[in-house]
Amino acid sequence: MDRRRFIVAGLAGTAAGCAHSKSPWRHFTVEEARTVGAACAHIIPQDQDPGAVQAGVVVFIDRQLTCFYKPLRKAYRQGIAALDQESANSAGRAFADLPAASQLDVLRRIERNPDTKPFFDMLVAHSMQGFYGDPRHGGNRERASWKMLGVASPPLRGRA
Amino acid sequence: MNRVNAVVVGAGAGGGIVAKELAEAGLSVVLLERGKWYTAFDCRKDDLRNQRTSVLGNAFGPDDERNPRVAVDLKGRARVVRASGPGYSNNAACVGGGTVSYGAMAWRYMERDFRMRSTYGQVAGSTLEDWPISYDDLEPYYEKAEWEIGVSGDDSGNPFRAPRRKPLPMPPLAPNREFEILQPAAKRLGLHPFHIPMLRNSVPYGGRGPCMRCRWCVGFACEVNAKCGTQNTVIPKALATGNCDLRTECMTREILTDERGRATGVEYFDVHDRLQRQDADLVVVSSAAVESARLLLNSKSPLFPTGLGNRYDWVGRNFQGHSYTGAFGIMPDDIYDDLGPGASIAICDYNHGNPGLAGGAMLANEFIRLPYQFVGMLPPDVPKWGREHKDFMRSFYRRAIAIQGPTQEMPMFNARVEVDPKVPDYWGIPVARLSGDKHPHTIEIGAFAAAKAEAWLKEAGAVRTWKKLAGPGFTGGQHQAGTCRMGDDPKTSVVNRYCQVHEIDNLFVIDGSVQVTNGGFNPVLTIMANAYRASDHLIKGWKGTRYR
Repeated sequence: MDRRRFIVAGLAGTAAGCAHSKSPWRHFTVEEARTVGAACAHIIPQDQDPGAVQAGVVVFIDRQLTCFYKPLRKAYRQGIAALDQESANSAGRAFADLPAASQLDVLRRIERNPDTKPFFDMLVAHSMQGFYGDPRHGGNRERASWKMLGVASPPLRGRA
Repeated sequence: MNRVNAVVVGAGAGGGIVAKELAEAGLSVVLLERGKWYTAFDCRKDDLRNQRTSVLGNAFGPDDERNPRVAVDLKGRARVVRASGPGYSNNAACVGGGTVSYGAMAWRYMERDFRMRSTYGQVAGSTLEDWPISYDDLEPYYEKAEWEIGVSGDDSGNPFRAPRRKPLPMPPLAPNREFEILQPAAKRLGLHPFHIPMLRNSVPYGGRGPCMRCRWCVGFACEVNAKCGTQNTVIPKALATGNCDLRTECMTREILTDERGRATGVEYFDVHDRLQRQDADLVVVSSAAVESARLLLNSKSPLFPTGLGNRYDWVGRNFQGHSYTGAFGIMPDDIYDDLGPGASIAICDYNHGNPGLAGGAMLANEFIRLPYQFVGMLPPDVPKWGREHKDFMRSFYRRAIAIQGPTQEMPMFNARVEVDPKVPDYWGIPVARLSGDKHPHTIEIGAFAAAKAEAWLKEAGAVRTWKKLAGPGFTGGQHQAGTCRMGDDPKTSVVNRYCQVHEIDNLFVIDGSVQVTNGGFNPVLTIMANAYRASDHLIKGWKGTRYR
């Protein structure tokens, strides 16, 4: 995708988001972003270093869903619904409202279930991309993962 | 459009060289390239969008929107695949082709790599065969590629190398930390480690500066233009002759032939998607193994109802590449030095002469693993997510070494490129359909090489190691080769030893497609050397306005 189309796609995503709700996200509703954030917080948890949420993984996924990952919108919508359904069935609450230990149980069941495993694997892959990938895509905020691993930030052009 | 002497389809490793050689010999040349011309300023150092990790797209083409393919899995299920997605077998689409963004290892194949059938006999289920040419035929042209494109390194410590007349033109880069750890370990094992030859400036060469040793190398354009590809060497020279017209973003649809069965030119869609016709005295196809085969197969006529060069159904067969096998090791201490390109040391002890095996692989330490790439390399018993996964990344990223190498494949007749009867691309041209399997012996050889890599890491002091093995299914990818086999017998090959399509005197295929076997090495220097050799022959046979 060239720069112009990238920008157009980004604008279109923003406009669509605004039309549907007061969501501050480009694609997700507030509830969807909350659910995804709660799941990502287990995939890459915060400890002495920032986790997925602190490093902006949800921003990364949200932004990609307006451009390169646009074809995956349906998979996210269904996957998020499956997470909440599984949580409602077992504990009568939305996924994001469960205590951390119960959330982990739900995620493990989602991972084991062949119907929902593809979504879970995708969420893991995207979390890793958002956390360990280049900050320009909205994740890896403040180069959090690169600092954690101890790798230098990109050098300036012409570094000798 | 005005008739020219030669039209070359594809400005990659092969086509760039052919265009330059023909243009310098005084032929008028049109060089068609479906991609764009990128420069050092297009280096984005984006670790999610490049030619090695393309989860957010290919940096140097082709684009997902216009260039689908069909991939058939081992159960026979066909699916449409995106250019940046798994199963596509991508090589870059741009001026310079894969050489813009490659890792740039510059291997000469060994003598036995050209005589696999004579060396190992028939391998059941494989079309393993000798090349019609020998290492000696290619040697002067390997030398020409090394000096004209530019190679650094030092293989004088490799006793298994084939004879060479001249050393490499540039010294190796200074050793990185992995080199210093792995070299003494290899020597203790009785192996013969040496500096990898690389198409990368270690000192100023060809009017460009040396490598600045950043970690964004393989998969990326070089920010300081130190990597040597056809886009910054031979193609500018071709243009400087005034005889070569490079047309970018031009997608070739078909090779045209006349009623006598000779090629008369090509039809292509230009940058504005207008269908153009370019008449030429000769046509050279240099689009890499998938797209070259596709173009021949899509060029049907009453004389050639199944495509050009395909009378005996060999076009697209023997599709091969490399599976990389090896091992990872965790060292006792932090060894990460952030000194690119990372790959620095290799051994050829296991390319041939392995008991019970019909071949082998070169083994080398791997290019720097960018953080996201390392996620895909963790030991199988580490959880794929969660606290332990993050802990492993944090504790061991800076302590890991990887050693791997490309297994020489046993070619398979059923691993093939066809054109899909139903799926067209953006321009309405039937797309490539990829299918087939990997020979079980290829997987065995890979497992052998992985065990040797693991032993090397253990000797170097690794406290924990794990292997990377090959799975089933065709390979292809950036090392794609084999689909227009070179041979003396028209019934079992597509082109002759001079890369001339058997039944069409003025049609040539000059790229990795013609390689009978693909060596246990990165193939690019062999593609380049063969392009020089075939061009040389072509020019010698050139009679002013025609060939022969």
